[in-house]
Amino acid sequence: MIESEIWILIIASLVAISCASIGVFLVLRKMSMLGDAISHSVLFGIAAAFLLTSSRSTAVMLIGAGAVGLLTAYLASALNRYGKLQEDASIGVTFTWLFALGVILISAFADRVDLDQECVLYGEIAFAPLDTIEILGKDAGPRAVWMLGFVTLANLIFILMGYRNLKAISFDPVLASSLGINVALWHYLLMSFVSLTTVASFESVGAILVVAMLVVPANTAYLFARSLVGMLSWAIFLALLSAVTGFFLASYFEASISAAMAMMSGVFFVIALLSYHLKALKSVRPMSFPSAVR
Amino acid sequence: MLELFFEFWRLNDPNVVWVLTGSVLLGSSAGAIGCFAFLRKRSLTGDALAHAALPGVTTAFLLFHSRDPLVLGAGALVSCFIGYFVIEHLIKRTIVKEDSAFAIVLSLFFAVGIFQLTRIQKTGIASQAGLDKMLFGQAAGMVRDDVKILGAVALGLLLFVILSFRQLKSISFDRQFSQTTGLPVAFFEMLLALSLVLSVVIGLQLVGVVLMAAVLLTPAAAARYWTNNLAAMVLISGIFGGLAGAFGANVSYLAPRMPTGPWMVMGVSAVFLISLLFAPDRGLLARIKRQNRLSRKVHEENILRTMYKIGENAGDFSIPVDTGTLLSYRNMALQQMEAALRRLRRKGLVEISEGRFTLTASGLERAKEVTRFHRLWELYLSKRIQIAPDHVHDEAEEIEHILTPDLEALLLQELGSPIEDPHGRVIPKAAAAEGEHK
Repeated sequence: MIESEIWILIIASLVAISCASIGVFLVLRKMSMLGDAISHSVLFGIAAAFLLTSSRSTAVMLIGAGAVGLLTAYLASALNRYGKLQEDASIGVTFTWLFALGVILISAFADRVDLDQECVLYGEIAFAPLDTIEILGKDAGPRAVWMLGFVTLANLIFILMGYRNLKAISFDPVLASSLGINVALWHYLLMSFVSLTTVASFESVGAILVVAMLVVPANTAYLFARSLVGMLSWAIFLALLSAVTGFFLASYFEASISAAMAMMSGVFFVIALLSYHLKALKSVRPMSFPSAVR
Repeated sequence: MLELFFEFWRLNDPNVVWVLTGSVLLGSSAGAIGCFAFLRKRSLTGDALAHAALPGVTTAFLLFHSRDPLVLGAGALVSCFIGYFVIEHLIKRTIVKEDSAFAIVLSLFFAVGIFQLTRIQKTGIASQAGLDKMLFGQAAGMVRDDVKILGAVALGLLLFVILSFRQLKSISFDRQFSQTTGLPVAFFEMLLALSLVLSVVIGLQLVGVVLMAAVLLTPAAAARYWTNNLAAMVLISGIFGGLAGAFGANVSYLAPRMPTGPWMVMGVSAVFLISLLFAPDRGLLARIKRQNRLSRKVHEENILRTMYKIGENAGDFSIPVDTGTLLSYRNMALQQMEAALRRLRRKGLVEISEGRFTLTASGLERAKEVTRFHRLWELYLSKRIQIAPDHVHDEAEEIEHILTPDLEALLLQELGSPIEDPHGRVIPKAAAAEGEHK
């Protein structure tokens, strides 16, 4: 295995860990589509940040896209609350508009913007190892590894520190608020971390793998896990497994690595789904997960 | 630029006519169909199904090595349908939640599509050029035959909506009731799904996978602000969608580099924004205005009732009161109170002299009315609903502003023209009734 392949696996694993862990809370809070929405609308953030500062620096991209990610979450809930528009439609209207704006910006300034909307959608992780940074004059490895390493660490710290509150708002927001937890604050904190994760993963692996890694391993784990800790660890494990197997699938078929990784997460989901149905056939009343956790 | 704009609308260029017709028909049929998905709170179905179409397109291409829109369309149709059934299965038969079911199908199907698309690109099959236009849509790439198929399907969809409007309405609003009336609900749900899928499929080339969701959803969301009637909503949504289609085609003509889909979405989003803000009745500004009007009325009536109470306690309604006294009776921001008093004075209900206020004759009548509503309601709650007298005040505080003379008459009848409220205060009589009594 050559060096760049190892870097690719490391990058994919970091994406897997950060997306799957934060994705668990997204799924439990029934906001999976918000993950999809954010991963689309950050395109506008990246394009706008690039046009305003004409810099491709990581910090600028992260700030621009992170801001738009939060804007998406905020606009969607504002439309829902003040515009009296039902929740699913609020999300749909918000992110399609921002995504369209992003595509238009990129098309309009195609000669100035070194961005490719298709690349953004399905990513080109194969090139990520080529984009290296230097620290103190020495080659410090791919930029994506540093960025994603930082984000993964931030995510894990956030989840460890906020575990009790995140658990409460995920399973019973009403109870959480009666316990004195600021539900809105934690909602937006969670959304910030979803945006951060999406944005950091976005450039190197594309939106499609981000959405798949956010939602699919978490739902696979949801089918059989019996506790939140179990769901979290299974989701991370399955995401890592999808990343590794997907990598070999892609190199065998010479196809997009990101797409192959997403596909593998689908394979594990289907296996879990089949065993879920088998179990449901055997026992008439399967134990439902949320009640087991509480 | 302007020259090109007129050139477009002169419709001399046959290509323009085709593209325009296609975009308008697509926009209006998707807008009309989208209403039903919207009402069933499945707005994001369009998003999931559009993504689910991609592997069908690529598989059909890999199998037949053809770019014939019929072949690709058939592929898209099949995979959309599989996606639809997977979503239904996950929602109905497993613990997976609705939003997750959409996201799972969307991301996995799309991943398969991209996987195949990249393989096609690597193997370099000659005719693959333009397949990736499916992602964002390009009206300029459409030829006459494409538009003919698109137009036929779109017209068919519109016809379907018109012909089975009654059934679609029934299953959108009350699925269980429709079942009991003997309507083949499952069959019509299938037809509805099929038409959603069809509009996604015909939209792929024009709008692209990613933004098809908006063409199905946003016109319906915008139309909802203008009406409470389903037929009107479907009509308005269809018109909005058609307008957006024309706009997208126009921009695409002016700047050929621009993808059509995003501009169509910008057009329909602009319509949505206008609807959200300015629609009468349900629009944001109309609602804020209504709320303000109501809160002004509440402030005014509260002051009138307070002045009545002060006069009642003193046994004389002609003693002037100042804002300090009013404030000691009623907790209210001073600015709000002063503004309300100014409005009352303009209406001739209150007189002012040297910073002190007195009720005019008509003001006293109005104050009596509000007080009467308040006390009647308190009495009604404690007598008929048997709420303890010390708990009825807050309820009455709200209802006094909403009661109408008709309801008052009913209450009076129900309670047998009572004299006192549960706190032992006299319920003031209306001027006419007072005369009768004497």
